[in-house]
Amino acid sequence: MDPRKVWPHIPFFSRKEQVIPFRRIRRKKVKRKPGEVVFDTINIAFMVFIFFITLYPFWYIFVVSFNEGRDAARGGIYFIPRIFSLDNYKAVFQNGDLVNAFILTITKTLVGTTLHVFFTGIVAYTFSHKDLMFRKFYILFGTITMFFSGGLIPYFILIRNIGLYNSFWVFIFPAMFSFWNMIIMMTFFKELPSELSESAKIDGAGFVKTFVAIILPVSMPILATIALFSGVYQWNDFFTGVLFTTKKELMPIQTILYKIISESSAVTMLTHVNLPDVVAQRKITSESIKLATMVVSTVPIICVYPFLQKYFVKGIMIGSVKG
Amino acid sequence: MSFIRQIHDTHTASPNSKNFFRRLYKQKTMHIIALLFVVWSIIFAYIPMSGIYMAFSDYKVIKPIFAAPFAGLKYFQQFLSDPNVWAALKNTLGISVLNIVFGFPIPIIFALLLNELANVNFKRVIQTVSYLPHFVSWVILGGFLINWTSDTGLINDILMRLSLVKEPIFLLGEPKYFWGTAVISSIWKSMGWSAIIYIAAIAGINPELYEAATIDGAGRFRKLVSITLPCIMGTISILFIFTIAGLLNSNFDQIFVLKNTLNSSASTVLDIYVYRMGIQLGRFSYATAVGFLKSIVALVLLLITNKVTDKLTGSSFI
Repeated sequence: MDPRKVWPHIPFFSRKEQVIPFRRIRRKKVKRKPGEVVFDTINIAFMVFIFFITLYPFWYIFVVSFNEGRDAARGGIYFIPRIFSLDNYKAVFQNGDLVNAFILTITKTLVGTTLHVFFTGIVAYTFSHKDLMFRKFYILFGTITMFFSGGLIPYFILIRNIGLYNSFWVFIFPAMFSFWNMIIMMTFFKELPSELSESAKIDGAGFVKTFVAIILPVSMPILATIALFSGVYQWNDFFTGVLFTTKKELMPIQTILYKIISESSAVTMLTHVNLPDVVAQRKITSESIKLATMVVSTVPIICVYPFLQKYFVKGIMIGSVKG
Repeated sequence: MSFIRQIHDTHTASPNSKNFFRRLYKQKTMHIIALLFVVWSIIFAYIPMSGIYMAFSDYKVIKPIFAAPFAGLKYFQQFLSDPNVWAALKNTLGISVLNIVFGFPIPIIFALLLNELANVNFKRVIQTVSYLPHFVSWVILGGFLINWTSDTGLINDILMRLSLVKEPIFLLGEPKYFWGTAVISSIWKSMGWSAIIYIAAIAGINPELYEAATIDGAGRFRKLVSITLPCIMGTISILFIFTIAGLLNSNFDQIFVLKNTLNSSASTVLDIYVYRMGIQLGRFSYATAVGFLKSIVALVLLLITNKVTDKLTGSSFI
């Protein structure tokens, strides 16, 4: 059975479902009462307000980051740059520490997300077999971890004791599994038609081979969902770096940003900028470099998330219903 | 015929224990994989759980956890009489209650209003934009806030131009503004994302209910109150239970970024206090005791709220 032909028949992500689940009200041409017209107008105005108040902060930072630093410090810039300048970005991309931090962030996101999706997935697939012995025990084992935890201090001591302190793997191993995501994936795998795994067994494939060759290609939607959750977590996580790393090479961009923003002691990190003439004219400020760094850290996610809406909306629904 | 029956009988007449191990062996790959998860959980979830022993003992850094001498409830007594803990509790509850009172209804109202929009494309655009803040980290948002609340920053600029204030206010530098700033920024960040569940729940309501209501002559508002609200009450209740259970939690990332020495009297919530006592000052046993009691209270709150909501609306989580 060709796995690619199974995709339209999986009810989980049926193509008949709309991207965003709105119910379509067939509005007959009923005259609206004046009260309703007023309500609709206010509602639309309110939504426009929401639109503006959500987007404007991002637009503001975006605009000011393209403005010359010293001029920006005077304030008064609202919608377009007053003195356009790419110097802030030049400073960011020529700063070795910042570039390293970006590379580290990208690496940990890719490695962390891939491992998370694969391992959480294969365990979820295992747990989705109803005939698995001790299944209830395994699931209880995982459920307990969702409700009870030792707290920050024991966790901190554990990470130090097992040697993950100041190691790249501190970003990867603790994030390898998530029982919440496992539940979402289990629900999905249960709905897969059994002919898939049966035909694989007849062809002589073992368990892992079945998972990799048959189940994974068919499960792209749920993998995209979990990959998005995990990717966003990895990209945005700053606290792991704050707690468990002291070497600059191991600090992801969010941790460095945190240190720059909240701990003024790290302003010195920004003074190693290789633009001597610009610095001499003091056209860029630490504030404007900060903003440019913030924009570069945020743009990837902003560009990606609208295209994955279908996936995470569904993921949340399943997660909350099942959870 | 009898030959086949002989084979059949020998193969099915085995005692149960042999069947058990045979089945186990057939599933061996699955159990090896499951064991991966079990081992990982033991390391990263259950061993830290056992670290709770630190709350009941005099933990010394150089010795392993269980080598520490038992200290009973000493640290619990210590922190119950520590005024800093009560101040932290006050901050935690203050921010949490404000978050619940304002932050819980807002996504619901937003979902209901969004549902009333006629133009589907407009709806989609607004919804897509509304969860943009969720995807951005608190470090970035903290950076926004710090940038705007400076003397020449955007907020003070607008306030001064509108003559609402005479001098720039230092939002993040004064304790009295902290709770408000934290709550408003938290609502701004999570409104769209939290609304997703409600929007999905509303979309799941049977349209026949609305058609029947139209026939009975119900107006839009009546439909909202009598059909939409009751149908999503189950979702609302469950989320409410979770929210109340998280009363003693705080948005750690947010507070961690926004706190500074100037606003610390208002920004030190329980989780931050645990962090400061444990990680920064090294008082491990003390901090673990505080954290442990906090999670017990959260569990109790969860069970109580679950019972109460069950009695009130008939839907519960457990």
